[in-house]
Amino acid sequence: MTNSSRQISPQTLRMLAVRDARDRAAFSELFDYFAPRLKGFIMRSGTGSGQAEEIVQDVMLTVWRKAALFDPQRANVSAWIYQIARNRQIDVIRKENRPLPEDLAEPPGAEPDASQILAVEQETGQLRDALARLKPDQREIIEKAYLGELTHQEISTQTGLPLGTIKSRIRLGLERLRHELKDAR
Amino acid sequence: MRGKMTAITHHTPDALLAAYAAGSLPQPFALVVASHISLCLDCRAAYDAHQAAGGVVLDTVAGEDLSESLKSSVFDLLDAPVVPEPVFQRSGVYPGPVMEVLDGKPPRWKPVGGGVRQCILSAAEAGSVRLLYIPPGQAVPDHSHNGLELTLVLQGSFSDETGRFGVGDLEVADEHLDHTPVADAGAPCICLAATDAPLRFRTLVPRLLQPLFRI
Repeated sequence: MTNSSRQISPQTLRMLAVRDARDRAAFSELFDYFAPRLKGFIMRSGTGSGQAEEIVQDVMLTVWRKAALFDPQRANVSAWIYQIARNRQIDVIRKENRPLPEDLAEPPGAEPDASQILAVEQETGQLRDALARLKPDQREIIEKAYLGELTHQEISTQTGLPLGTIKSRIRLGLERLRHELKDAR
Repeated sequence: MRGKMTAITHHTPDALLAAYAAGSLPQPFALVVASHISLCLDCRAAYDAHQAAGGVVLDTVAGEDLSESLKSSVFDLLDAPVVPEPVFQRSGVYPGPVMEVLDGKPPRWKPVGGGVRQCILSAAEAGSVRLLYIPPGQAVPDHSHNGLELTLVLQGSFSDETGRFGVGDLEVADEHLDHTPVADAGAPCICLAATDAPLRFRTLVPRLLQPLFRI
């Protein structure tokens, strides 16, 4: 166990407290961290302050209401909230119902596996470091892509996008999914 | 729902997955990619990874000051009753995202000639997406594309100049690919096909009739 000395991050613990104990103090801390970032994130694509706050409100309420779907063995808190925010933004701005994949149900009686949670956090940390090390112009492309500022044609022609780190994150994520599915049989 | 995983060999290209995770794909393509992710563990893992990258960007974005009342209005709503949104499960060969667009009902097929049937799920400026039903041995009429076309196999299989596509396989075609998919022997081939331009059928349906058939 290489992870035994490490601890699950406060952010994940807060989200688990919201999920499992409906903990309002933990939710308040998540709100203070995410709400301003979400507003900045949403305004980057040209949405005005008022509408951005409406979307932030919807996103934070979804975080509270759909907390049961948070699975720290697959996604860290920021990744999970990122996806909720993009969905809501598309539903509101484009007035479309964004198609979403089927949820992968938890195997019945699955025990939370701390080492898997730590692995997800560790990989996210590596991804963060890799992005921070990019040249500014490359980082800007990545930011624009994930902020939804590039069209899919533009993303296809950006050779710098499929980062090596994303590739390794994919490989490890796939191993975890296979592991989860094996347990479910 | 946990479906049986078949050996999928044709996956969603990474750039399309990134575009889907980032919300940059028009609805017709997003529906095909969401359906493929529902069937394909590899692409689900890749989608998770792109979400992780999106999460990192969210962490690093500059925050904006909030109105003073925002937090309290969110807290006021935490206990408000919520009408649960319906969750659409896979039904037969149709993945959850397709069932959502079908509103939980079976597809209503319309014949388009040669035993081929279609069910249009959405058609707009940004593109269209439909279900296609192709009897074994039957060719999808020879067509070429104006732009991007995604075809996901849901039942049976088809083959064309580029290879064989079975259940869960995704074919990505563009204007450079002039292909003739033929449904293989066995079960009729059912596909989910999205395009950002009306398909230009060359032989079966004269171009004048295209607006009529919406193909």
